Order: sequence, then structure tokens, then C-alpha cells
Amino acid sequence: MSILWKRKDLVGLKDLEAEEIQLVLDTAKSLQEISLRPVKKVPTLRGRTVANLFFEPSTRTRVSFELAEKRLSADAINFTSAGSSTVKGETLKDTVRNIESLKVDLIVMRHPASGAPHRLAESLPISVVNAGDGINEHPTQALLDMFTIREKKGHLAGIKVAFVGDIVHSRVARSNIWGLTKMGAEVTLCAPKTLLPAQVEALGVRATSNLEEAIHEADVINLLRIQMERQSESYFPSIREYANNYQINRDVLKHAKPDVLIMHPGPVNRGIELSSDVMDSPYSVILDQVTNGLAVRMAVLYLLSGVRNRAAKKASVHS
Amino acid sequence: MNWLIKKAHVVDPKNKVDATLDVAIKNGIIRELRKDIETPNGETIDGNGLYLFPGLIDLHVHFREPGFEQKESILSGSRAALKGGFVAAVTMPNTQPPCDHQSVIDNIIRKANEVPFYLFPAATLTKGREGKELSEMADLKKAGAWAVTDDGTWVSDALLMRRAMEYASMLDLLVISHAEDHRLAGGGVMNEGVMSTRLGLKGIPAASEVVAVSRDVILAELTGARLHVTHVSAKGTVEQIRLAKQKKISVTADATPHHFSLTDELCAAYDTNFKMMPPLRTEEDRLAICEGIKDGTIDAIATDHAPHTAEEKMAEFQDAPPGVIGLETALGVTLTELYHKGVLSLSQVVNKLSREPAKILKLPSGFGEIRVGTEANLVLVDVREEWTVKKEDFVSKSNNSCFIGKTLKGKAVATISRGTLWQKQF
Repeated sequence: MSILWKRKDLVGLKDLEAEEIQLVLDTAKSLQEISLRPVKKVPTLRGRTVANLFFEPSTRTRVSFELAEKRLSADAINFTSAGSSTVKGETLKDTVRNIESLKVDLIVMRHPASGAPHRLAESLPISVVNAGDGINEHPTQALLDMFTIREKKGHLAGIKVAFVGDIVHSRVARSNIWGLTKMGAEVTLCAPKTLLPAQVEALGVRATSNLEEAIHEADVINLLRIQMERQSESYFPSIREYANNYQINRDVLKHAKPDVLIMHPGPVNRGIELSSDVMDSPYSVILDQVTNGLAVRMAVLYLLSGVRNRAAKKASVHS
Repeated sequence: MNWLIKKAHVVDPKNKVDATLDVAIKNGIIRELRKDIETPNGETIDGNGLYLFPGLIDLHVHFREPGFEQKESILSGSRAALKGGFVAAVTMPNTQPPCDHQSVIDNIIRKANEVPFYLFPAATLTKGREGKELSEMADLKKAGAWAVTDDGTWVSDALLMRRAMEYASMLDLLVISHAEDHRLAGGGVMNEGVMSTRLGLKGIPAASEVVAVSRDVILAELTGARLHVTHVSAKGTVEQIRLAKQKKISVTADATPHHFSLTDELCAAYDTNFKMMPPLRTEEDRLAICEGIKDGTIDAIATDHAPHTAEEKMAEFQDAPPGVIGLETALGVTLTELYHKGVLSLSQVVNKLSREPAKILKLPSGFGEIRVGTEANLVLVDVREEWTVKKEDFVSKSNNSCFIGKTLKGKAVATISRGTLWQKQF
């Protein structure tokens, strides 16, 4: 590998360089086969402790991280709490400092407030991995999406990716925008105007409310979950009308390339943003995403622990 | 109580004074204002190289008392104000209990007498700031209220606002509008635009302010009430107020030092000291505010001094309370950003920070000017002194400033308020 990972934390893809993204994806590639062995475990992070702090409900991301930690032989502890810790009168910093005092080496955190991991990372000496912050970023999800595209299409540069769904509330979309544009892919966002972020074109992407236009040249269609409560918040008149205009189904796919990939970070609302038949068709790589997520998260944990290794060595030399 | 200020450059645009003069103060009253006053029977203050302004008047502060004394008190807020060169301030009524009853006003005024500072309380416009029923404005005025407002909450009911304006105009009470359509603000926590999209924070469109101001201006035209739009943050608001003034509608406005000097790009590190309502907006808005200040569309500069404890500001950006303190930096920021950058002359700075606020409030003579025979309410200013804003230097109980670390050029070196020399920082 030509460059070494130098960052203490992974809080988002906004600040990453293309070479760093490349390094994570290459590392994930080399770790992928571990999960295919009969004994799915390597001693890489033996003796290390990772705390998974989830201040928001999560199943797949939490399970994926936990399994990644176990495959690398790290000790994992889980802390879940609905709502931010401030609700209980304790600041996030205090909560995490308590956990840090248990001599944890790395923190994986999901938090409902955008920017929470950024501020935490600044104030902590140990590594922080963002597992989703508010509507801001979900970097490991975007990395696994890119890994999956690269695996299926061979490369990322020049690949056309269309995101369809609730863009404005999506941390998955934001991380993907940062990551894909850095890797030379072309990003199109498609949603009713009410679900597109303000002045999003300034991020170097195309935005449209016309589904046909969004998908007809796309190599990948990445769907985002539609939350039922957006209807009562007047983002669209009804789920029915949303599905009529933005659902990906066999009919709609007639306007797409024959080898288009259908992706979704899950959980899928079958029959709303995606029809069941397409979800279960060869177009869909949704379960590959889940599998790849494991390798990508192992890569992130591995690279961040390397920084700690070197820092520790350096400290012992100087002491 | 006797002082002679020697050779200070006196700037008093109301009385067209702009010259190096001596000022003799006896028993707290300005007795003489001319060149070469002889030896006094009191302390001599060397004003050489300094400017003497009428004491500054802030149209918008939160002193948090009663109810939130952990953030600020009338005493600590007044001290912060005096340090910043202010002699008077309008306190906002979002206390606990809210300032919607004469007993609350009595209490505020009594506490204000502990320090040589003038406190002009604003009372709520509706009972309990709930936006449902009118407050007892006649009673509140009698008790000492100078204005009515539900600051922090816009009165969304247009009929209620019409009645409130009619009733207030009958009493010649100033109506202050914190203009933001809450629904249109959509639960946002910063300005809506490229930055909110980049940071993944919910945005508040500038339109939420412009819509609210537009309605209030139209109701001011209908009712003849004296409307004051506080903390203008958006270009569209400046345009609406400019238009209203052309139509001779009785509207005035203020802008804060943070809105005329900073933009939403500063939210990039999720630092809650850049979270306020209304939010910091774009460079285009900032320039429009500067233009509005220059051409008189925006009459005054007010701080919206909004103290919050360090613990509260430790919360995540979306959860932290909005607001920043401003009394101790307002003059420095105004001189740095507007005077030294050539937007305003010193006379205009005095207009924005003293004369116009006095006029908007209809304060008696002696405020917003330097007049022989009136009580001394003055500030000595060094416009060249460079100083760095430090967290530990604030007199306010809180230190949630958005100017920490900035170097400012110009500061108040002594404030004479209610005829008393409060402090010297020579």
C-alpha cells in the first residue's frame, strides 16, 4: 500500500481524500476472504476493546460492526440508549468519558444529532467511528456502497449513480455524495422537490424530480427509505402518490440500462420505494451490500487501530 | 461625583458636536462643555487621544432574571453592559415568570437600582408569552414597561397582532417584533442553504423572517403602531423595511454585531457558540445588512445579549439553546467591522449605538446626546486599542461569545452612567 492511514477517526467522507477511500476499499478487499473461511476469525485486534454506542435504534449497522469486531478478535461492549444522553441530564462527553475510563480503545457511535461524533472526536484521545450522525453522514454505509459498485462494475470513476428517495433526511445520501464525487463517479439525486436539500447542486451533483430522467443513463440506482411520517409533515401528499411516481419496479426499469444495479441501505419498504419483484431479481445487490459491509467495517477498524499502534510505539520510544 | 474630562474628542451628532473639548461633571450632572475648563473640585480624567460618546443604549438584552439566574442576573448583566460602554438596555420579557405582570417589572426595576445602570424593561405582548390573549399593557406601562414583545416567539395569530398593535399604539408603547414564522422555520437550527446541506443540519430559510416582517409591516401600516423589527438577519428583511420606510410606515429596525460581521460558514465545526436565532446567514445577507446600516434602513445596532451556561452550550448543535452574549464586544466589533472598514463614520456609530435607540424608545433628553444640565451618561472610547476577546475576561456570568479569539480594534475605557464613574481601563 502506497499510503498509510493517518487519521485517528472516521467521522465522515467529507474530509477524506480519494486515496484514503481507495485504501479502505482495498483493505476491505483483502479482508473479505476471512468471512469465507471455516474459522472466521483472525487475531488482529486481540486484546483491543471496542465500545459500540448507539443513541438511536439500529439493528443492521450495530450487528455488522459487532461481527466485524468479533472477526478481528476485539472485545466488544454495547451501549444503547434511546435519545441523546442530554435527555438524562448527562452530556455526551461525560457519558463517553466514563466509557473511555474503562480503557476502551475505539468507539463506534451512532447519534441522532448531526456533528456529535465530530465534536467528540476532537475532545477524545481515542478513535471514533461515526456509525451515523443525524441527517449528516453514515460513512461506513457509503464505503460499503462504493465497495459493492466497484466489485460489480470494476471501477468507480465515470460510473453514474442515481439516488432516489428521501434525500434531504438521508445521511447515507450525504456520505455517498462526498465519497462518489471524490472517486470520480457522477451522482444524480431524484426526489420530489420537497425532499431535495437546499442548493444541493453546489456539492457537484445533479438534482431532478423526474425519475425517468434520473435513471435512464444510470449504472446504479441507490434507493433510500421513505419514512411514513413524512406524509403528515407535508413532504408529499400520500405514500400512494409517492409510490406511483418514484417506485422502482419492472415498468420503470424499462427506461434503465439492462445491467443496472439496484441498491438499498435497508430496511426496505417493500412495495413503496421498491417493488418486491425487482427486490428479489438479479438487478438487486442489496444482500451483497450487507455482506460487504462486514469487510468494509473490518477494514475501518483495522486501519484506525494501526494508527493507535504506531502512536503507542512512538510514545514508548520517547518515554 | 465630580470629574473633569480633559481634551477628549466629543462626538455628539444630535447636537452637532465633533471637537476636542473639556467636560465638567458636578454631582453627576454635566455642568460645562467647552474648551479649557479650569481646575475642578474633583478628579481629572485625561481624555487625550480618546473619544467621548453619549453612553450606549442596547435595545435588546436578556438578563434572565427572574428565573434563569444561572445564566445571568440583572446585576451581572448590568456590569457586563457598563464594561462594554452601555448605560442603558431594554430587557426582554422571556423570564420565568415572564414579564407579563406589573409585579415582575417592579422586581426588575428594584434590582436594577443596585448598579448605576438604566434598565428599560420590555413586557410581554401576550399573557405568558403564549400568543393567545393580550397582556395588561396599560398596567405594564404604568409599572415601567417601555415596550411590548413576545421576543423569541413571533405572534403567529394575525388578528391578535393587529389588536395588540392597536392597543399598544393607543398607549404609545413600542412593539418589538422577533420576526420568524415558526412553522416556516421548520424545526431548523441554522440558516438554510449550501452550508446546512453540507453540514447535514436542518435549515431555517431566510423567508421565515421575511414573511413575518412583511406581515408585521403591513399591520403597522394598518394600525399606526410603532413597530421595531429586531435582529434583522436577512437581505429580504432589509428590502422589506426599506420599502416600508419609503411608504412612511412607522417602522424601525436593529441588527446585531454578529449578523453584520459573521456568516453561516462558521457553523462548520458544529460549535454551538455560532448557534443563534435568527441564525447567521450568508455573505450576501451580511453585506445587505451593512448596506442597510449605512443607508439608515437599519436604525440601530443591538446586541441580543443572550447568555447561556457552558453546560447548556455543551449540548449537540441541534439541542443547544440558541443565543450568544454581546454586550462586552458590541462596541469593539462595531468599530472594527464598520468604522475601521469605512462603512460608518464615528458620528454614525454613535447614532446606531446611542442616539437612534434613545429616539426609538422616546427616552428623555440626556440620553443619546451630551447635554449640559443633564445627568452624565457617557463613554470614553479608545478607537485604536487592539485587544483579543478571551473567554476568561467576560464579566457576564456566561461566556457564550461568537467572538472568542478575535482581535478587535477599539473599546470602551470608562463608562460614566447615572452620573457615576463605573470603571476605568486606562
